[in-house]
Amino acid sequence: MGILEIKDVGKRFGGLQALGDVNLSIAENTVHAIIGPNGAGKSTLLNCLVGKLIPDTGSVLFDGQSVLGRKPHEINQMGISRVFQTPEIFSDLTVLENMMIPCFAKRDGAFRMHAIEHMMDEGDILEKAEAMLEDMNMADKRHMHSASMSRGDKRRLEIGMCLAQEPRLLLLDEPTAGMARADTNNTIDLLKQIKEERDITIAIIEHDMHVVFSLAERITVLAQGTPLVEDTPENIKGHPKVREAYLGEAAD
Amino acid sequence: MLGLNKQDFTILVVVALLTMFAPFLLNPFPTGSAMAQFNAGYPDLMQRFVIFGIFAIGFNILFGLTGYLSFGHAAFLGVGSYSAVWMFKLLSMNVIPAIILSVIISGLFAVLIGYVSLRRSGIYFSILTLAFAQMSFNLAYSVLTPITNGETGLQLTLNDPRILGSSVTADGGIPVTSLFGIEMRSTYEMIVGAWSFQFNAGYYLCALIMLVSFYLSVRIFRSPFGLMLRAIKSNQTRLHYTGLNPRPYTLAAFVISGMYAGLAGGLMASMDPLAGAERMQWTASGEVVLMTILGGAGTLIGPVLGAGFIKYFENIFSKINDSVLHSWFGFLPDGMENAVVWVVEHFVGKGWHLTLGVLFMLIVIFLPGGLVEGGQRIGRLFKRKPTSTDKPASNKPAE
Repeated sequence: MGILEIKDVGKRFGGLQALGDVNLSIAENTVHAIIGPNGAGKSTLLNCLVGKLIPDTGSVLFDGQSVLGRKPHEINQMGISRVFQTPEIFSDLTVLENMMIPCFAKRDGAFRMHAIEHMMDEGDILEKAEAMLEDMNMADKRHMHSASMSRGDKRRLEIGMCLAQEPRLLLLDEPTAGMARADTNNTIDLLKQIKEERDITIAIIEHDMHVVFSLAERITVLAQGTPLVEDTPENIKGHPKVREAYLGEAAD
Repeated sequence: MLGLNKQDFTILVVVALLTMFAPFLLNPFPTGSAMAQFNAGYPDLMQRFVIFGIFAIGFNILFGLTGYLSFGHAAFLGVGSYSAVWMFKLLSMNVIPAIILSVIISGLFAVLIGYVSLRRSGIYFSILTLAFAQMSFNLAYSVLTPITNGETGLQLTLNDPRILGSSVTADGGIPVTSLFGIEMRSTYEMIVGAWSFQFNAGYYLCALIMLVSFYLSVRIFRSPFGLMLRAIKSNQTRLHYTGLNPRPYTLAAFVISGMYAGLAGGLMASMDPLAGAERMQWTASGEVVLMTILGGAGTLIGPVLGAGFIKYFENIFSKINDSVLHSWFGFLPDGMENAVVWVVEHFVGKGWHLTLGVLFMLIVIFLPGGLVEGGQRIGRLFKRKPTSTDKPASNKPAE
């Protein structure tokens, strides 16, 4: 029984069957990569997991509880955090303020009316946010305006914000898309480090095979809305079906 | 001090000094001199400065922090006024219960309008609030005549019950609004040489209430709640995926700013106990938007400056008429005098809206952060080192 159980999930957009009978189980404390050619339904699947889309059929269980029909913020409060393809951060705020928000969300839940307390008097929040920035090697940037950072730093901040909520499952949607090689390698190192230091399950959607094979412990290949194979990276590399789906080579 | 950091406390002290010494500051020219018409230190106008200051401070909590542009805030102003006048009619002429009721009723009204309007954001939200405000305006004008007295406006009469006060004064007139015996209209005039300074009880009540409102708004700006509101303006997607629900936050901000507007309406009625439907019209809603943007949306002091600026123009520039212009330009040869007067008269008197419009455009184009940004730029000119380490702009201009 994995931490995330996806059973018979199907989703149609008009005449297009984006997902058909996806069965997938993500085991706790692993790094699970979902790969597949463009249009394979990777992003649709991810959106079904976080409440952005509701699948037509099937069920999604997180830690034994259904996530379907819940709003994104409720699913997040259950312990699923998501990193977006383009970093989604609060770009009008400073780095420290960015980091304080998930700390508040972790402590106070979806809404709390704290209109009169002073933000900087919230000692435990401030401490936690500073510590998290320290972990992300961003402590020196804490008063920087987050919009003015490099893409790699924005990604780092976003991942840090997700971790500040102490999620049990971290979903990454192409975390290195559009990044320079150096930034990509930094992100890989960061994710490896996170995996070593924390009890966390990571599911990653990625195009870049370099990233996938340096991180993943299990790989699921998705093609045309259905899982093709699921195996360890070593076995996936030479798998004929995968080569067919990716390169259009005939399986011989 | 008072839970504020040094910078905010300084701003609060500056605002306090400005409001407390307004009768002096706004009356720089001796009475009877040619410049006396630029004096703004008379009770009626000073009251309006601070009342609209409260209105704009409240509006800024919604618009400046969350970026939700409400085009119907005048509805709350009107509701506040009507509630206050009803309190004067039914209970007593004391302003305290009237102000309390106006805040409560406008708060309830804001819950209702906000709950529906906040299901949408952006332009749809603006249109929904505009629709609600116009609906309230038209209802007040027609169907709700028993409550609002239609186009005549709600006024006090000699037949009102006033169960805790008296319906009629000893000399047969309608009693005036007061605060535990201090009449709101009572004014002490201090004559220093050629100057005359007026200290009005009503103004000082409004000014004190404005200071409290301003202090509260500073606390809200610097609180975790204020941080969440700024986060809503910045990126709602991330907020959802951080486990936070923006809806209660925006609704709370909407209700708070509605209550500020109701407070302003209640004070307006307390200074002059009548309420008309035109107070709810969309032009009144637009005015507070102008004030906030002109002063600097999202800044602490901006809305107060914007309110003062617009009210000053409305009252002072609109009073400059033909004969005043002729007396100014009388030294010119006849033909030229008429030509100059002809040009200038389009910008003053009834044409003051033109001046205001031009100024508004100039400020929005060249100083998107409003008057506050103008002040900061001037301040920077006098500083030696560049202020790149300044606090990042939480006062980002409105689009």
